[in-house]
Amino acid sequence: MAAVSIRNVTKSFGEVKVIHGISMEITDGEFVVMVGPSGCGKSTLLRMVAGLESITSGEIAIEGKVVNNLEPKDRDIAMVFQNYALYPHMSVHDNMAYGLKIRGLSKAEIDTRVNRAADILELSKLLKRRPRELSGGQRQRVAMGRAIVREPKVFLFDEPLSNLDAKLRVQMREELQALHRRLATTTLYVTHDQVEAMTLAHRMLVMSIGKTEQIGAPLEVYTKPATTFVAGFIGSPPMNLIPGRLQADGASVAADGDTRLKLPQAYPQLGGRSVLLGVRPEHLEICAPGEALLVPKVDFVELLGSDSLVYGHIGQDKASPRVAARLHASVRPQDGQLPLRFAPENLHFFDPDTGKRIEP
Amino acid sequence: MTPRRWKAGATHAALIALVLVVTFPVAYAVIVSTLSLQQAYAYPPRLVPGTELWHNVVEAWNRIHMGRLFFVTSVISVGAAVVKIILSLMAAFAYTHFSFRGRALLFPMTMITQMLPLPVRILPTYQLMADFHWINSYSALMFPFFASTTGILLFRQFFLTVPRDLPDAARMDGAGPVRYFFDILVPISRTNIAALFVIEFIFMWSQYLWPLIVTNTEEMRVVQIGLKMLIATDQISPSWNVIMAGTIVAMLPPLVVLLAFRKSFAEGIAMQTAK
Repeated sequence: MAAVSIRNVTKSFGEVKVIHGISMEITDGEFVVMVGPSGCGKSTLLRMVAGLESITSGEIAIEGKVVNNLEPKDRDIAMVFQNYALYPHMSVHDNMAYGLKIRGLSKAEIDTRVNRAADILELSKLLKRRPRELSGGQRQRVAMGRAIVREPKVFLFDEPLSNLDAKLRVQMREELQALHRRLATTTLYVTHDQVEAMTLAHRMLVMSIGKTEQIGAPLEVYTKPATTFVAGFIGSPPMNLIPGRLQADGASVAADGDTRLKLPQAYPQLGGRSVLLGVRPEHLEICAPGEALLVPKVDFVELLGSDSLVYGHIGQDKASPRVAARLHASVRPQDGQLPLRFAPENLHFFDPDTGKRIEP
Repeated sequence: MTPRRWKAGATHAALIALVLVVTFPVAYAVIVSTLSLQQAYAYPPRLVPGTELWHNVVEAWNRIHMGRLFFVTSVISVGAAVVKIILSLMAAFAYTHFSFRGRALLFPMTMITQMLPLPVRILPTYQLMADFHWINSYSALMFPFFASTTGILLFRQFFLTVPRDLPDAARMDGAGPVRYFFDILVPISRTNIAALFVIEFIFMWSQYLWPLIVTNTEEMRVVQIGLKMLIATDQISPSWNVIMAGTIVAMLPPLVVLLAFRKSFAEGIAMQTAK
């Protein structure tokens, strides 16, 4: 177990810069999820921690020791890969034992460790099988076992669940949590799946095109997204973002020409300022027309069973700002109009130019 | 019969006819090898096997000392195939797993060597062997065959299908490139190795021209030259029954190799498309 420091790390492939200076201090035993869309550089960052990619500039330190120039095997880390990367010609036992054998551990010690890991992961009966005779979930567990037996200071996971079906993914998520509780090893976990990030992380690092968007605990990221990117990426459907300008008194917003939106409370300190208003679909609720803060015209409704997603727009035509609301399934919009309100604590302001959060 | 069955039937008939055409020469060789000399020269040709097979085989075996021919040919066939496989594996490993200066140029150059037919290379290669004082030796018989474009290409294509995570996982486990090569890459190439061994063994077993040029004593002759001698040593008229018996016997080792590796061979070829 160990702390990991990522200090102003960048990565370029030739002329192309893919990581633009990322810093994060990961404490001992922490479970950190790096999340972002495809191509945001999260896997590259993980591979730099692993030692599979060189570091263009900056530093990565594990337990206080800079590892920039150390081979992966000398960093005392273990990694689980997206497509498992099991050695196809070796049995489950040999897959897990291979790294230990190279390290020159005694056969007795290897067997003890492999059996212990197999026990934890319920692989004991499968030790003689080849990877091709295993199901996807079992292969994933072998890949995890291969990491566990090494008893490393840090675990690295590169989208480990993305090849599994939805049901198995939920189950493996639970197992991963249980495993982390049991071993309490510092873990870096890469995923593009916001649910995995929300459920597994102590803290998450949200990335977009090689930059840090936000570092924080899942709930903090959800309730106080630092940028419009985070607001759109975490949460489904994404947060509604409505461009507009606050009136001088800070009590209402002029959006898209004539359309006026009332705010649940006045923000005189933001008076006259251009902003992006952010409200999550699940924080909108239907109300009496007199109490409504915004009244979108309904374009279409998706019935999900327990609730429905209502999509509409505010303003004159369909090009005007779009709004999504997650409402109870029993709600039926009348006359194509939907009076909606939201609580002040659920309102977010962002700077329209920088995309950064504004704390009123 | 339904049109669909007609179509299937016609396809089968065409395929059966094709098989008969392809196998007839071999089948006829087998038949002739069982006949006496008179029967072999009978007209119209006799298509029923006779009883002289063993006699003919012994005759052929003794006349051209097939024991020695088999020994020499086996040594060069196994030797060349094994060395070829090792070199091809290593070259393909270099081409797929390392980026080095000149790689983009070297690989096409390797491929270009494939375009030079044997007759073009014979003279310079012979000169080389002569300079090495290797004429009439195993080295001369095998050496020109060690480098194989086919082998490099076969393994390169297979290595390219190996997910990038596999070498990475091995690296995380502490295996350097050499260890990864021997512990992981070579074992998972097993079926491709078997396929290449079969192809190259048969290729070497069938060599005639180069061994003829580069050897000059009875001791260093190979099987194919022996078969030719079987024809030439007959003063009056070729005893086709004996020649065919010799040919059939000469075909047995490649056949054994093919059958022994049949399963891996088929998998190795199929893998190229199934992956």
